Amino acid sequence: MFYRPETEAPLNALAEFLLREDNSLTRGERELIGTYVSYLNDCFFCQNVHGAVAGHYLNCSIDDIDAIKADFTTADISPKMKALLTIAGSVQKGGKNVTIEQVDAARSEGATDKEIHDTVLIAASFCMFNRYVDGLGTWAPQDRSFYVNRAPQRAVEGYVGSISK
Amino acid sequence: MAHINVPEGVPGIRSLVMFRPETGKPLYELAQILLRGESTLSPAERELIAAYVSYRNNCTFCYSSHAAAARCLYEDDALIVDEVLRDMQEAPVSDKLKALLNIAGKVQILGTEVKQADIDAAKNLGATDRELHDTVLIAASFSMFNRYVDGLASLTPTDPEAYAEMGVRMAKGYTLPPQPQQ
Repeated sequence: MFYRPETEAPLNALAEFLLREDNSLTRGERELIGTYVSYLNDCFFCQNVHGAVAGHYLNCSIDDIDAIKADFTTADISPKMKALLTIAGSVQKGGKNVTIEQVDAARSEGATDKEIHDTVLIAASFCMFNRYVDGLGTWAPQDRSFYVNRAPQRAVEGYVGSISK
Repeated sequence: MAHINVPEGVPGIRSLVMFRPETGKPLYELAQILLRGESTLSPAERELIAAYVSYRNNCTFCYSSHAAAARCLYEDDALIVDEVLRDMQEAPVSDKLKALLNIAGKVQILGTEVKQADIDAAKNLGATDRELHDTVLIAASFSMFNRYVDGLASLTPTDPEAYAEMGVRMAKGYTLPPQPQQ
């Protein structure tokens, strides 16, 4: 992949803040939003990197993450997370697909303005990252254990300086 | 009304980055580097790519403001912008730019829509690796910006004059707006 450090810096800073900075949504919950959107966008690399990291934080296997991606409505996650994933799914289709009803449903499950904002921006930014990675035909290791094995290290190191690795 | 409590009367992404400046900062830095940083593609061409993708994503705020910025930057050739939005293949722009806009349009759908034949066609018309990279990243980032702006239902002005004024400001570059006074 063509490497451009000047653009990588703000991209990494965005990922680092959105997915790892102190937040009322846990790191696992935020990685799950990114994973889900990447799954909807059929981006193999992103859904496996972030799915493995989500599994690491949520203490569940990659198979559990696959099950959540396929149908989060029946997953063992909070009603608030289900409402936020619904919003994320709408963002993936297009911003105008997010409805007032979906936002109200998230609020009624306790989601704050900041959590709704961050859910939309995480979903939107993964619509960028997925297109960037796939649009340039980035090579991705096909063996999923690669991502699972690297997840603990990624959870420690974060995303600063990570895109080119 | 926006889905969250953003500063009243402030349009589009400006209201959102006032709400959350910590993410606003890297977003505006990305826009500044991509659209105004050193490049063999002119700022006008890069704004045109942004407007084209935003138009395809049906994001009124983004395409109206970036089309306005592109018109400012194209100066006497401002009508090129509207020709491209109306019918890209027939517009009076270079074949190389059409090949890049074709790639941008595919990225707007999904990254996997871009095929080797699209890349080869652009390269055969003189596009460099760096120009291809930036075209893909502009298209990808506007696929984010459009969803951010509309996903939170931020204020979308209907007066074309509002966008003309935004275009003049944007032509100078992207700096994070100051926080609203408490």
